[in-house]
Amino acid sequence: MSTFKSGFSLRKVTESRLFFPFVALALILLFDLIAVPGFFRISTRDGNLYGNLIDIVRNASTVSLLAIGMTLVIATGGVDLSVGAVMAIAASVAALLMNPYVLATELPPNIQEMMNDPYFTYQPLWVVILAALAVSIICGLWNGILVAYGRIQPMVATLILMTAGRGIAQLITNGVRIQIFYEPYAFIGQGWIILPFSLYLVAIVFAVAWLLTRKTAIGMFIESVGTNARSSFFSGIGEKKIKLLAYTFCGLTAGIAGLVASSNIKTSDAFNLGQTKELDAILAVVIGGTLMSGGRFSLLASIVGAWVIQAITTSMYAVGVPAFALQAIKAVVVIFVILLYSEQVKNFVQKVTAQKKEA
Amino acid sequence: MDARGNVMSKNEYVVTMKGIDKAFPGVQALSDVDFFLKRGEIHALVGENGAGKSTLIKVLTGVEKQDAGEVKLNGKTTNVRSPLHAQELGISTVYQEINLCPNLTVAENILIGREPKRLGGAINWKAMNAQAEEILQRLDVDIDVTKTLGTYPVAIQQMAAIARALEISSAKVLILDEPTSSLDAHETAQLFQVMRKLKSDGVAIIFITHFIDQVYEISDRITVLRNGNLVGTFETASIAHLELIAKMIGRSLTELDEMSQIKLESRRHIKGEAVLQADDLGLTDAIAPFDLELHSGEVVGIAGLLGSGRTDVAHLLFGVQKPDSGSLKVDGKKVQDFSPLASIARGVGLCPEDRKEAGIIDDLTVRENIILALQANRGWFKFLSKQKQYDIADRYIELLNIATPSADQPVGNLSGGNQQKVILARWLATDPQILILDEPTRGIDVGAKAEIQKLVLSLAEDGKACVFISSELEEVLRTSHRITVLREREKVAEFSGEVDEQRIMETMAGSES
Repeated sequence: MSTFKSGFSLRKVTESRLFFPFVALALILLFDLIAVPGFFRISTRDGNLYGNLIDIVRNASTVSLLAIGMTLVIATGGVDLSVGAVMAIAASVAALLMNPYVLATELPPNIQEMMNDPYFTYQPLWVVILAALAVSIICGLWNGILVAYGRIQPMVATLILMTAGRGIAQLITNGVRIQIFYEPYAFIGQGWIILPFSLYLVAIVFAVAWLLTRKTAIGMFIESVGTNARSSFFSGIGEKKIKLLAYTFCGLTAGIAGLVASSNIKTSDAFNLGQTKELDAILAVVIGGTLMSGGRFSLLASIVGAWVIQAITTSMYAVGVPAFALQAIKAVVVIFVILLYSEQVKNFVQKVTAQKKEA
Repeated sequence: MDARGNVMSKNEYVVTMKGIDKAFPGVQALSDVDFFLKRGEIHALVGENGAGKSTLIKVLTGVEKQDAGEVKLNGKTTNVRSPLHAQELGISTVYQEINLCPNLTVAENILIGREPKRLGGAINWKAMNAQAEEILQRLDVDIDVTKTLGTYPVAIQQMAAIARALEISSAKVLILDEPTSSLDAHETAQLFQVMRKLKSDGVAIIFITHFIDQVYEISDRITVLRNGNLVGTFETASIAHLELIAKMIGRSLTELDEMSQIKLESRRHIKGEAVLQADDLGLTDAIAPFDLELHSGEVVGIAGLLGSGRTDVAHLLFGVQKPDSGSLKVDGKKVQDFSPLASIARGVGLCPEDRKEAGIIDDLTVRENIILALQANRGWFKFLSKQKQYDIADRYIELLNIATPSADQPVGNLSGGNQQKVILARWLATDPQILILDEPTRGIDVGAKAEIQKLVLSLAEDGKACVFISSELEEVLRTSHRITVLREREKVAEFSGEVDEQRIMETMAGSES
């Protein structure tokens, strides 16, 4: 132990926001390394990469997208419970615009032909996507207005859309589950360009969020408002606008997540799509080390948090845990991961690394 | 007069605190403080904010552990481990903010956690209500205890809180922390009746307040603290109004120091035209309409006791609150938009009174804290480059002598004085034309205090206009060219900076004739 020379930099590493999420991820992968032979194998097919690791990041993309928006909201000291419902709304809008005949009383004569054509869509793809995202931005604005200008507690304010949202999604499609046949749309969630297409989406949204928060003053203002709203007000920071922005952006990321999820299952399922995903997103942010009370945040750490959650699920399946037992086992692992974050454990780790420094 | 040296029979004292020391990071909250509480007396504990009143109470009630000194209860050295332990020992506290549940009934509030039970564990509501009524009757309060607490006026809620305190510990010592701050005159009288009743039952009461008149009305003895030091304990009957205030705000008459020289010098820089002009500016329940004029190069001091409306003046000038009467002109232009952001754009800055609550943002670094207001004025997108941020931060760290390992240190890790300097730096970075300083030296050590006072004068020399608010009269006198005196949320007088302290104190106390 005392031969450890790099004590100082080690201490710096342990103090970093990314340290614990990565440790958690590493522990889970270490478990896979021991328990699942061939877990890390990556194969190529048609030039595309496949494997468990790819599966983890691909399946985590919905929660990653949600976590990016959720991070900003939680950093302001709030929370957005409605993201799952907003996903469903976005999916319903998209599905309806591609295939509105589900609701029509009189069908065009060539309907069968249309349904069999994988390149048929009622509206062009860009209209579909823009409309779905516009609706999710409106959802985010609604939340933001309630929280920032209505001064309603974030949990209560977003609970409104959480419950009402699924109803709205069902109203949009008249309670029908709309099947999606349009192939280009399916590419969003299922396509591959060497890596899964949804990963590129995550990367783009992450980059936009990062630029928006770290290359402008917005990130600092969010952290400032989340740490101490009153002091921020006294310093001239428009707390309301910052909150409105965070919730609106969160609505947008939820909309994108909704497109990915509905494209994955090729259905707009107003009732099940994104169900309990808000909780996964919150968990990802928490694993990422952002405090629920707000303040400092790290977008990358939240995405690692999303990977941790998905890695647990994928690993459990890999070792053959049956689906019905998954939730319980996941809970146990999550408890363990969260324990890593307790002040006690943190202090212990930092004490250990500090001792190494002296050695 | 000073009870410190008095030797009395030990049994007379319920509480004896001797040589209490308590330090918080960056602040000596109490140093060598003695406090003696007699059985059946009402003992007022007075002092300005930051004097150490609450710390002393926290030590007595086991919330904080003293660094040095001993606490004796009934002559026995006792280690009060926790507030719960304090209650078991017969020390109960009723806090300023009533911490009861307004949606429960009065009886539930009084007896919660110790409800009379029937066989099998169900609550015996009848017995409970009867018991609550009986307790309240001991205080001569006759109300329906089955109504929810929230339906009663604050005074009654206060009584219920006291009743609960008495019930919990059959208290021998009752601590009332600013109990009258939200009561009107009639309610206060009601409370005092209860206090007298308890006193006659042998309960010793510690009464914390900043209303001097009330101290004289109800208390037997007074202990004065200032800056964590004991000024003395006095028989109420033997100390005059004015003398007490002098003790509270500190009037160690010092020789003319270099500061007065600087002040005299800087006088020449004052320009004729007003940069800030308030006409009949006021806000109901906060501050009565007042006039105030501020010239560049001038420091205007605001003197007044706690609760006199000092902070409200600062808030109105900075736009934290909107006035409901009068007008404010900055640079000759009438102010329409009252908000901190608009004020910053106008070149007005405010170092707020409560540093922790409204000043620092403790998780953010020193650098971020310093550039915050400047950046807020620039908006979301004109983000200062990292290099620029470090330049600004480093400049002020050096200029103001801020003791920090680096500009990247979270400001919460700094001592109080250095945090205050960081906030000053935040405002200086915006290059304000008018700077309002509300208690800029509170809770910081003497050295840093002098530095800040000097800084204010040098700012004035640079042509900035400052409003200097402080509970320490000495400090106001030392820095201000003109002094405005507030009393009971009203501007009562304005003096030139050469006025003597006696005059100001008389005005503050309202005893001038």
